[in-house]
Amino acid sequence: MKENYFIESRKLVLEHFNLEPIVRDLENNFENSDAISLRSMSESQKWYQMLLNNAGDICANFIAPRAAAVDEKGASFQNGEVQWATETQENMHTLGKAGYMGGTLPRKYGGLNLPITVNNIIVEMVSQADASLMNLFGLQDIAVTVSKFGNETQKDRILPKFCHGEVSGSMSLTEPDAGSDLQAVGLRAIEKDGKWYLDGVKRFITNGCGEVSLVLARSEKDTKGGRGLSMFLYEREDHMIIRRIEDKLGIHGSPTCELQFNMAPAELVGKRKFGLIKYVMSLMDGARLAVSAQALGIAQAAFDEAVKYANQREQFGKAIVELPAVYQMLKHMQAEIETTRMLMYRTGLAVDFLDMYERQAEHGKDVRAEAKAATAVASFLTPLTKFTATEMSNKVAYDALQIHGGCGYMKDFPVERLYRDARITNIYEGTTQLQVVAAISGVLSGMFKSEMDAALAAPMSELTHEHQRISAWLASALELIDTVKSCKDREFVDYVSNYLVEIASLLYRSALYLGYAEKNPSCRDVLKFFMNDVEVRFAGLKIRVQTLQQSVAESGVASLKKDFVFPKN
Amino acid sequence: MRKVVVLAKQVPDTANIAADAMKEDGTVNRGALPAIFNPEDLNALEMALQVKEQLGCEVHVITMGPNTATAVLKHSLYLGADKVWLVSDRKFAGADTLATSQVLAKAIQHVGDVSMVFAGRQAIDGDTAQVGPQVANLLDFNLVAFATELKSVSAEHITVARDAEVQTEVIQAPFPVLITVSHEANSPRYPNATRMLKYFRDDIAIPTLDRETLNIPEELCGLKGSPTKVFAIKNIQLTGGAHQMYEGANDGIRALVRDIVKDYTEV
Repeated sequence: MKENYFIESRKLVLEHFNLEPIVRDLENNFENSDAISLRSMSESQKWYQMLLNNAGDICANFIAPRAAAVDEKGASFQNGEVQWATETQENMHTLGKAGYMGGTLPRKYGGLNLPITVNNIIVEMVSQADASLMNLFGLQDIAVTVSKFGNETQKDRILPKFCHGEVSGSMSLTEPDAGSDLQAVGLRAIEKDGKWYLDGVKRFITNGCGEVSLVLARSEKDTKGGRGLSMFLYEREDHMIIRRIEDKLGIHGSPTCELQFNMAPAELVGKRKFGLIKYVMSLMDGARLAVSAQALGIAQAAFDEAVKYANQREQFGKAIVELPAVYQMLKHMQAEIETTRMLMYRTGLAVDFLDMYERQAEHGKDVRAEAKAATAVASFLTPLTKFTATEMSNKVAYDALQIHGGCGYMKDFPVERLYRDARITNIYEGTTQLQVVAAISGVLSGMFKSEMDAALAAPMSELTHEHQRISAWLASALELIDTVKSCKDREFVDYVSNYLVEIASLLYRSALYLGYAEKNPSCRDVLKFFMNDVEVRFAGLKIRVQTLQQSVAESGVASLKKDFVFPKN
Repeated sequence: MRKVVVLAKQVPDTANIAADAMKEDGTVNRGALPAIFNPEDLNALEMALQVKEQLGCEVHVITMGPNTATAVLKHSLYLGADKVWLVSDRKFAGADTLATSQVLAKAIQHVGDVSMVFAGRQAIDGDTAQVGPQVANLLDFNLVAFATELKSVSAEHITVARDAEVQTEVIQAPFPVLITVSHEANSPRYPNATRMLKYFRDDIAIPTLDRETLNIPEELCGLKGSPTKVFAIKNIQLTGGAHQMYEGANDGIRALVRDIVKDYTEV
């Protein structure tokens, strides 16, 4: 049979979550009768399955076979212009023709009007086939931002081009001196005779050569900080030059550009001064979820390569998959992938709910309270997911290469590419360390508790013992969190926040997967294996936090640093 | 507007064949095999869609078969066909290539104003490669068989490369023309997600053409109109290679005669 990336666990997870409120809202309560509107939930599910199956076919049989060539050739830079590898062009052309470029955009622009949860499965499958392609495919996020915050003229002009695959985009945010700290952005936006012009330099811009860019720029003269920044829509012409593209460790198919704007004409998007605090935050949240899907896709590809190799490779008279050292690693990899996938879809759903309330608010419905709650959930789960998925992807790629032994270190097998590609996921769109900063307030504020409670509220008949175990861990974790909170020293809390976020990820994934395994008996082995692993890891993390807290109580917060002096050059 | 017709067939997936693939009477047991779009018909449809992209014509897909063959038509709509036709009648059952060609030729006339017809080189069940050429003959269309590349198309003619075994011929054919397309010609596109949404419902109306509508005499269609009689079916395993080339000189001819006399079969 032909391979297809729309695999069982992706299908099942999709069925596990109730998308109906989201789909109803997106489809005008199933009341439209035109040919390209959905008329019922069952019809929606049927179509989603069809289009995901088709995407899974494209990814497995068209994109994946081209990934090695894309990696080898990469995007190139000549005479001031960037060229994608031929195979990248073919991939984008194929996805465009098959109509997948405007996944979550409204149908009136040629989009598919999909819930984010569904579209994310496509992003995950594209990434599994070719991680670098996700960067180009996933940059539809900028179109989503235009769709959310742009004016009607901008939308009518830009969005159909995106949906039909006629243009690609970029989000031009970072600069040489403004990376993680976007408040430091200095590129100037100058208003002259009612028109805006951009002047300055942007660096590390994925696909900065794209025809349409969203540019974060300082529109308020003599200001510092985020409130002086606005968002601009820039369409390629000759007042912006590409200085160079970066030579990177991985994702070679995706060009990373340095751009110089020389009074380049642009249009304001939305309101002045809301560039960073509203639009970029929204843009980044979408991008963080997409990068999580990318990481998960790479992990799935690495796992599949490891399984394939372990079955084929014989040592000591048998396939190495029979060796405990090898199958133990594979079990860990599988449990990590499956539980993270559950977390990612849960987060997608949270973002879908948030978007739904925002749409309803726009139509005059009073959903302020719901929207506020949904925002809190999404802004806790999004960084938690990126933290989990991208670190997991690196670990899985590392172990997959390890299973290949010496062969894995060679370019002859795809696993070394996956290992290199995974490495960016926990850096861009906010490093793991920044995800911890974003997620920790949710852990400390009670968001973690309420999400755990919700996940554990599902009725259990088979897995009551597992339910009790997780409930006991939760009680213990909450106690630990309270103890940490009782320490008034901010540096200590910051110091242990990654341990707490890790605990939250482990426990929350257990709880989510529990509900899933209750309904799907075939997943119970994975649940039990994962839970045994969580038990040990949770205990270790807890001891570590407690020991540190004790030491800080006895010797002050300076003790965190004192046994380690970093030489200053 | 200029119309282009594609002939498509739903076939048993002979790549995934099972033990009960044949019935006792030597006909194919269609129930035992998954039904798929005949692969080279997809290449024919792809060529038609490329012609459409250049000329802006209308692409019609015709299939002859039972109701289940609508799956092929729906897939054609997902890929980009403008209109589809199911040619179906109990009286068409048991048709050989000639009886099939009679019906398809009438269906093409029914569509009307057709300047180009594309068909797969051959179907993977019968493997005769006869239907396309017979239809061309019945309609008195120009014929190019075994096309391997679409070179160009204009308002007056189409230029394709065709495989002539030892060489490739490039042929410019005026309309009306029927072209049979080989799998080398292109890579069929993937279904379009929005088109799937538009056409996936069960209540999509697909026009059906029956014997009366097409006005075909009974003796020309189905088993009655089929001069082919299946005498017996045997499982044959070939022990020789797929094909053998001989030099056109004395030594080659001697070798050819020797090989013809030799028995390659093993029942």
